[in-house]
Amino acid sequence: MTKHKNKRSQEKPVRLLLLGLAGLGVLIMMLLQGTDITLFSPKGLIAGEEHRLTLLIVAVLLVIAVPTLSLLYFFAWKYRESNEKATYDDHTRHGNFFVFSVWAIPTVFMLVLASIMWPAAHKLAPKMAIAANAKPITIQVVAMRWKWLFIYPEQNIATINFVQVPVGTPVQFELTADETPMSSFWIPHLGGQLYAMTGHQNQLNLIADVPGDYAGRSAEINGAGFAGMTFVARASSQQGFDEWVQGVKSSPDVLTADVYGELLKPSQNNPAAFYSQAQPDLYANLLIKYSGSHGGHTEHE
Amino acid sequence: MKEFLIGKLNLEALPHEWFTIGGTVAFIALALLVIIVLTRTKRWKWLWDEWLTSVDPKKIGIMYFIVAGVMLLRGGLDALMIWLQQALSSGSSHGYLSSDHFQQIFTAHGNIMVFFVAMAFIFGLINYIVPLQIGARDLASPFLNTLGFWLFVAGVIMVNMFFVFGGQYAATGWLAVAPLSGTQFSPGVGVDYWIWSLQISGIGTTLGAINFIMTILKMRAPGMTLRKMPLFTWGSLCSMVMAATVFPLLTATLFLMFFDRYFGAHFFTTELGGNAMMYTNLIWMWGHPEVYILMLPSFGVFSEVVSTFSRKRIASYMSNVLGMIGVSLFALSVWLHHFFTMGSSADVNAFFGVMTMIIAIPTAVLVFTWIATMHKGRIRFTTPMLWFLGFIGTFSIGGMAGVILAVPPADFQLHNSLFLVAHFHTMVIGGVLFGIFAGLTYWFPKIAGFRLNERIGRYAFWCWLSGFLLAFTPLYVLGIMGATRRLDHYDASTGYQPLFIVSLIGGLVIAAGVVLQIVQIIASVIQRKQLMDTTGDPWDGRSLEWSVASRPPSYNFTVIPQVTSRDAYWDVKQLGTLKTAYEDILVPKNTASGIYISAFAFLVGFGFVWHIVWLVVVGMIGIIACVIARTFDEHTEYTLSAAEVKKAEEAREKKTAVARVHKSLAIGEEMGLWEFIVIVVKWALDILKNKRWRTW
Amino acid sequence: MVTIGDNHHEEAANDRVMFGFWVYLMTDLLMFAVLFAVYAVLQGNSLGGPSGGELFSLHLALAETLILLTSSFTCGLGMIAARMGNKKQVLTWFGVTFILGLSFLGLELREFSSLIHEGHTISSNAFLSSFFTLVGTHGLHITSGLLWMAIVMVFVVRRGLNQHMVRKLAMLSLFWHFLDIVWIFIFTVVYLRAFV
Repeated sequence: MTKHKNKRSQEKPVRLLLLGLAGLGVLIMMLLQGTDITLFSPKGLIAGEEHRLTLLIVAVLLVIAVPTLSLLYFFAWKYRESNEKATYDDHTRHGNFFVFSVWAIPTVFMLVLASIMWPAAHKLAPKMAIAANAKPITIQVVAMRWKWLFIYPEQNIATINFVQVPVGTPVQFELTADETPMSSFWIPHLGGQLYAMTGHQNQLNLIADVPGDYAGRSAEINGAGFAGMTFVARASSQQGFDEWVQGVKSSPDVLTADVYGELLKPSQNNPAAFYSQAQPDLYANLLIKYSGSHGGHTEHE
Repeated sequence: MKEFLIGKLNLEALPHEWFTIGGTVAFIALALLVIIVLTRTKRWKWLWDEWLTSVDPKKIGIMYFIVAGVMLLRGGLDALMIWLQQALSSGSSHGYLSSDHFQQIFTAHGNIMVFFVAMAFIFGLINYIVPLQIGARDLASPFLNTLGFWLFVAGVIMVNMFFVFGGQYAATGWLAVAPLSGTQFSPGVGVDYWIWSLQISGIGTTLGAINFIMTILKMRAPGMTLRKMPLFTWGSLCSMVMAATVFPLLTATLFLMFFDRYFGAHFFTTELGGNAMMYTNLIWMWGHPEVYILMLPSFGVFSEVVSTFSRKRIASYMSNVLGMIGVSLFALSVWLHHFFTMGSSADVNAFFGVMTMIIAIPTAVLVFTWIATMHKGRIRFTTPMLWFLGFIGTFSIGGMAGVILAVPPADFQLHNSLFLVAHFHTMVIGGVLFGIFAGLTYWFPKIAGFRLNERIGRYAFWCWLSGFLLAFTPLYVLGIMGATRRLDHYDASTGYQPLFIVSLIGGLVIAAGVVLQIVQIIASVIQRKQLMDTTGDPWDGRSLEWSVASRPPSYNFTVIPQVTSRDAYWDVKQLGTLKTAYEDILVPKNTASGIYISAFAFLVGFGFVWHIVWLVVVGMIGIIACVIARTFDEHTEYTLSAAEVKKAEEAREKKTAVARVHKSLAIGEEMGLWEFIVIVVKWALDILKNKRWRTW
Repeated sequence: MVTIGDNHHEEAANDRVMFGFWVYLMTDLLMFAVLFAVYAVLQGNSLGGPSGGELFSLHLALAETLILLTSSFTCGLGMIAARMGNKKQVLTWFGVTFILGLSFLGLELREFSSLIHEGHTISSNAFLSSFFTLVGTHGLHITSGLLWMAIVMVFVVRRGLNQHMVRKLAMLSLFWHFLDIVWIFIFTVVYLRAFV
């Protein structure tokens, strides 16, 4: 009697679970209607490559995971106690072939994955310059509590929590931080994140291929104002960019040492701000300020 | 003078916010309740003599379970608060928590769940089961064991102490990343509480690990070579060797952090040459292996469960063992994958990516051996087996997510996102916690003397599994949408809110699972006579712990068994029964030294948190005095004569014979949820009707 | 009165405890390994402050090294005496070891106090933080070793050289040799390298 009951009471929840999973999938799909799934809609070369690489890895993983899991659950079903037709053999020998395959199969898969990963890790290293027709522009980024300061050394302008770049032009973000815990600079639509740390410069190369406004933020917790440490990254045409630069240049505000000192004070949820001029050696001084630690050099570990 | 007496303590440190007042009141109420019950029932002496000062690893194991269970509720409450805040705090709504408070909650949640729930459950299981599995009567050093336990308790109290004094915990994330955790950015006492709760319990862990290494390597029953050791013991050995390797790193790192904060040193500061990246490296050199320290005993549990409930020996035992050894070796060399985004060179990142992939190989081998074990078995779907089947599914998803995160360019996009959060919760809940639940259910008859209610257990399992999927699938998706972790507020335009709400519902389903587990235990206690395990071997087990009675006598084995094969007890059962003879047994005496030393260690930590130097000095002198007193006590054991053992065994046999009279319930015949509710309601009505509280 | 078990039981317990102590020493070594690594990373970060070569005295370090090496030797002699059951010699040799250890500690404290007096403290810069921590941790180990030694001596006088005491002495001497080895590394990494 128990056997029969057991069987039934076990099958029902499994069916319910599968049904529930399907329902959850549909529910999530519905909730996502009209929402932009950031990592699935890359707007730049780097984000695109990172997206493709991730999908490739997932595909390889599924090739091994799906059969493995299917086999496992199939065995669980087939060799259930109530199934009297299934053979029972406590003395199965698991010989050399078995041992060889359980080690060889995952090894082969991991070799495949590693051989995909190794060149990709080099090609998509944040420091790697992006090959493009346009001449790259440099933007210096300072993480502060809790806002992002962007300095355009070539244009000699500066902004807070807003960064504009021309489409199709590689951008070199030079990241550092001042009197701020480790922060992570991330514009998911354009590509992966990199840390901004005091006394240390990290270089992140990104490019935007499609015009638009993209959300950026600190991805690493750095204190009370962490959640509000967001910015907008706007990609526009070269012309739009030039006009914007001219617009900023006409701003009455100037990033002097005093203004910078004010910015250093912790503040949350800061609106965008624009400075028509930035003190020229400000960024370089930031690296010297902490020079005991890393001398501002860009080599790591 | 005031500064000398109470350091930085002042009136402002007393609770004055709703959550600290709530916490304090809850603590005091709980303490009062315990005190009243114990005094009313005159149980103080019993508690002290039989439990608190006990050196019996079985009792210490049970105490670990109790503390861990309470902490699971505490950490779970934190989790629900996090979920609720994130479900509410979209756009113009800022939820019900300040960002600082929110950050403290997720920090405490992480610390409590890892150190005081998962670690505690694992240590409890190892304490109870390993000596039984290897045919030992005791641990190599019973004293170190109680000391380790009480240091752990001191850590538990320390982590909750901020409710009463100080009102703030670290708001830095569970690893207190530098320089955020330095005095420059975290001037309050929160991080100090973090340091000292981890430091004190971490030292306990190191001592415990040394003890279990000694026990497993030196105290196995004759004939049990390393190649015949049960797999849970193997998992525990690997885990403990790793713990002894990496916990000293944690101790050192915490001391450096402490020097930074207390003496103004410059290890991890931003100024005067400090190097915060070094902290990230050091803490993850411990932090990554820590995950595997939790995982390996779980692997061991699953190996036992699959083998027992498939009624088959494990397929390719050596592959399984080598798999666990491989995991523990490689786990030491993958730490950098936690910060690919710090800007290391492509070569360094790629190297650690490859190392991380290598670790997937032995893990996959373990899964394959479990599959092959089920092949041609006779599988009984008891709850431990259900936990296993649930584990395999979630663990595979989490493992795949882990391999994705091990690819540096993919990690650049997913690091610090909710995808990562979902990944490690899949591993720690689906891997570690399910393993713990499987193990607890599997060994419950051994531990309590009666087995657990399987019907309600199944409900609990399905709640946990479906709640888990409901809670964490949205987090994977949110991560892909670019949502970072630890957000106390997000913009409405992001479209995160619906998914956060789904996730919260999942959390509530998990909470229902926890409630059902509590119900399961109560229901089993009510029916304990019918669920009594009179054989000592309720599951038709294979290893030595099933050869002794449930519950085992304090000395575990009347006769130390002679082991001839891997499935030591299975083979005995096939060939014939164990012989019974009685001999003198040396038993360790109970000791309170562990409690005293831990109490003094707590004073040291508390003194350092609040800069009360005299308290530190008192604590240190106390520790030294207790250690001296203990180490020069040469009379720590006593002999239980063969006659006494015989008497005890015969008395037990008689009791069991009485118990056998009760009709025992088969699996699936226990009371269900409805019957349980009826019983509870009837009981409550009875109390009300007959005014039973008068006699209390 | 409890009888101590038969010899076999006692030997097994001995074996276990010694093994456990070795494992403990390994954990301690790993802790030192962290401190060494931290020192290696931070030793250049003196931020314009004086470097090790300008602060340390090689003579002093050399004297400390010789004293500690000698104490290791006398500790070994004491252990031989303990195994032979010669209580008087045990007390003599460990007494000598104790005095040598104490003078090592004295020299180290003198070095520290003169550095601190000149304004070079643990909070001066990252290099000095790591220096004081690494050398200080070793000094703290020496201090606890001395404390332990003193107490064991008291008990040897009171209880004689029983099995328990010999085991304790064996652990103590292991600990002492271990500290000696750690010091050799400190001498090389911290002091010698400062003058290269």
